[in-house]
Amino acid sequence: MSEITPEVVRHLAGLARIDVTDAEVDRFTEQLGLIVDSAATLKAAVAGDVPATSHPIPMKNVYREDVVLESLSQEAALSGSADSESGRFRVAAILDEE
Amino acid sequence: MAKAELMNYEQALEKFEVVIGLEVHVELNTKTKMFCGCRNDFGDEPNTNVCPVCLGLPGALPVVNKRAVESAIKIGLAIGCDIAPNGRFARKNYFYPDLAKNFQTSQFDEPIAFEGGVEVEVPSGQVYKIDIERAHMEEDAGKLTHVGGNTGRIQGAEFSLVDYNRAGVPLIEIVTKPVYGAGAEAPELAAAYVRYIREVVKALDVSEARMERGNVRCDANVSLRLHGAEKLGTRTETKNVNSLRSIERAVRYEIQRQAHILANGGTIIQETRHWHEDKGTTSAGRPKSDADDYRYFPEPDLVPVAPSKELIEELRASLPEDPATRRKRLQEAWGFSDLEFRDVVNAGLMDPIEETVAAGASPQAARKWWSGEIARQANADGKDVSELNVTAAQVAELAALVEAGKINDRIGREVLAAVMNGEGNPGEIVSAKGLEVVSDDGALMAAIDEALAKQPDVLEKIREGKVQAAGAVIGAVMQAMKGQADAGRVRELIIERAAQ
Repeated sequence: MSEITPEVVRHLAGLARIDVTDAEVDRFTEQLGLIVDSAATLKAAVAGDVPATSHPIPMKNVYREDVVLESLSQEAALSGSADSESGRFRVAAILDEE
Repeated sequence: MAKAELMNYEQALEKFEVVIGLEVHVELNTKTKMFCGCRNDFGDEPNTNVCPVCLGLPGALPVVNKRAVESAIKIGLAIGCDIAPNGRFARKNYFYPDLAKNFQTSQFDEPIAFEGGVEVEVPSGQVYKIDIERAHMEEDAGKLTHVGGNTGRIQGAEFSLVDYNRAGVPLIEIVTKPVYGAGAEAPELAAAYVRYIREVVKALDVSEARMERGNVRCDANVSLRLHGAEKLGTRTETKNVNSLRSIERAVRYEIQRQAHILANGGTIIQETRHWHEDKGTTSAGRPKSDADDYRYFPEPDLVPVAPSKELIEELRASLPEDPATRRKRLQEAWGFSDLEFRDVVNAGLMDPIEETVAAGASPQAARKWWSGEIARQANADGKDVSELNVTAAQVAELAALVEAGKINDRIGREVLAAVMNGEGNPGEIVSAKGLEVVSDDGALMAAIDEALAKQPDVLEKIREGKVQAAGAVIGAVMQAMKGQADAGRVRELIIERAAQ
């Protein structure tokens, strides 16, 4: 049985700042449950003694020297945004922060 | 919102034990950002130090800044931490437009430094051990400017403007374990600890460490529990505390606020609170998310950070003296008494005095100006001295003018006020306002004779050994000279006159 309950879906929607209808909650509960269950089959495929990895190739210590590279121009930086003002990205207000 | 009720501080401490925890964010002074080659600079035009990586554009790949890792290791070593032989980055997911990626690249279960400790002295002289849980690397977020609906430009509209220049700037977050047993000194300890961390990162030269610019920021966790209780109380986390003075005030405020709620049968909500410098209060922010809500997972775009033993030892060998050793050295070099020195440290004046002495002033003169006029002004304005409009070089210049007898102390204070008022350097102000003392003995003698003519019996009294009689004449001469004379020299001249 999936760990995804309607309450979990509502909580996730809240974190993602998405309004969901009751019908959507039901649909997402089913769909997300399927995804989680599918991923869980991996658990059965590997034994507990296989260490988790975050990268497919065993590499470490890939660094960049602290040297300034060219940045985008302000115009280029803002060119992909839906809205901008005074050289800044304009976004919907988020009310729970200062 | 109604103003929160507070319990009297002493009463609160009688009833409750205070537990604090501190998270200090240190912005590194690397030339570039944590994961891209954009400039790490303060005050540039908005969105000019940005690139596909720090804007979170599709397909952009981060690469770790080597110097930032070395700085993180140095900080970890300087606060007594072990360095992880193998650490990695994690994504901290949240939806807020201060980062364009919808996650912050941070470290979660494998921080670069862990299990350290520092000893911190509070103003009373008491020393507390503070255990460090971890120090980890992460990136700073962009700056949001909120535009309210009452600006009239678009009716009812509310929106935010985002500048991503700061997004991706390297941050080291240092987290303490819960700190018990400081009692009434918990607020002072919180401030003293942040001061200590500031001294450490400044000495390491890994951060500009300017609190007013947000280079060092503190989130203060406060919880209360009844004396003798085992279970920790629910904590609040006060953010936006950007001066040492505010940290002390914010912790004190939270102790009093929570005590009132708990004593009246209420419960504390685990939440983020915002500190309001102007009102000296905190207000509720968002409910604190659980770590689960951030859905941390290992950052697949970055490979592990695995510093070699050799690198760690090399960095360890490069560490400067620790703050306690530095304090001892400076106190000896300056010849300050324990009390004088403690006052200097607690007023945050060690750095400016050191810089002023380096610029040529005597330690006592440097101390006199910084802990006198300048500290007084800072107090009156509710600021740190670093926020005032006066530099160590200017104070040294002022001290040199006084030392050379060009101006006296009283004029010095006037000049200093003008410096803080942005009128220029001390020398310029003295010239522009014609404040130089009259050092021409002829002019002084003329003024003395004039004053003596009005008080003819003074010379006789001095000849009889009543030297203090000169005081009245000195006063008259200083008045005639509009204060621009060296009173000591005037006194000498009067006595000379009496001897003739």
